[in-house]
Amino acid sequence: MYVLIAGGGKAGANVMRTLLRNSHEATLIEQDRDRFERLEAEFEHQAMLGDATEIYVLEKAGIRRPPDLVLALTGDDEDNMVICQLAKEKYGVSKVIARVNDPRNQAHFDLLGISPTVCATSSIMGLVEHEVPEHELVHLLELRKENLEIVEVQIDKGSPVAGKKVESLSLPEGARLISVMRDGRSEIAVGATELQPGDQVLAILQPGKEDELRRVLLKR
Amino acid sequence: MKVLIIGCGRVGSTVAKRLFSEGWDVTAVDEKEGALSRLGEDWTGDFVVGHGMDTDVLREAGIDDAEAVVVATDGDNTNIVIGQVAQKRFGIECTVVRILDPARAEFYRQRGLRTVCPTSTAIDVLTEAVRSCEIRREPEQVKT
Repeated sequence: MYVLIAGGGKAGANVMRTLLRNSHEATLIEQDRDRFERLEAEFEHQAMLGDATEIYVLEKAGIRRPPDLVLALTGDDEDNMVICQLAKEKYGVSKVIARVNDPRNQAHFDLLGISPTVCATSSIMGLVEHEVPEHELVHLLELRKENLEIVEVQIDKGSPVAGKKVESLSLPEGARLISVMRDGRSEIAVGATELQPGDQVLAILQPGKEDELRRVLLKR
Repeated sequence: MKVLIIGCGRVGSTVAKRLFSEGWDVTAVDEKEGALSRLGEDWTGDFVVGHGMDTDVLREAGIDDAEAVVVATDGDNTNIVIGQVAQKRFGIECTVVRILDPARAEFYRQRGLRTVCPTSTAIDVLTEAVRSCEIRREPEQVKT
């Protein structure tokens, strides 16, 4: 596999190292001279100095081949978006992966059809949510392409659905329960499954249905 | 008619003042508060401090009612992204974007963005200026 990496920071350099170790071919582009010199000492001719949003730099790095994969991992979201657009739309690269530095820019990546994206801040926030119990509805997974998400809800004593069967619940349109975890064991939620206080329920739903689901399961 | 000017530097501020004098309702946006001074002490148009990548800032500047957007920050890629957001997300057909790099300007022009490339303009004008000079040739030296 031939991989083109833009951005030689911690993420870019470590990915580069791993790819080379796994016998892939890769080129790493870095625009900061000091950083480039350190990278060049390690990766030799496979490191390149330049601005990866410049067309001639990309071409020198072999984007015309085209690479099997382009990774846009710079610290600038604008740069990452432009790199991905050029790679996909000008050079027909079939697979790009972009780093999102500021989660507020996620919507821009989505708007421009750049996917998949990786955002450290969002991932960490997801884990924080998971660890902090007062967030009643924990986002576990976003299925961006499908426009669905998977959330976790804890049923408590005051919950109006405690003691009720799944088939008797009036769940909002666009939301379904997937599984129920009780005493460390998980089972698929079917119509006859009875919910009990302490249950951890996984649900799949369309984004925006969180409040409705919360009302049905927790009455708040 | 309302126009947003994103990036109030030398170029943006002058475009803002010009359109304002022609009767446009102008809102200038810049991340530096100091950029307001470029618009002059008698500026009566609007000015919003914030980054043009931030859709909340664009909304505060009134992009939902704007007929035109001029994107002229000092970063090519920033302009490219903001221009596409204005065009695709807010549906503003008259979105004009400054891109200094001729190659990127051309690529995004082909993709339907109205790009203006001052570098290309300078290249054309400078070349033409040299061509149009009337250069008096020194008389050829006669070999003795």
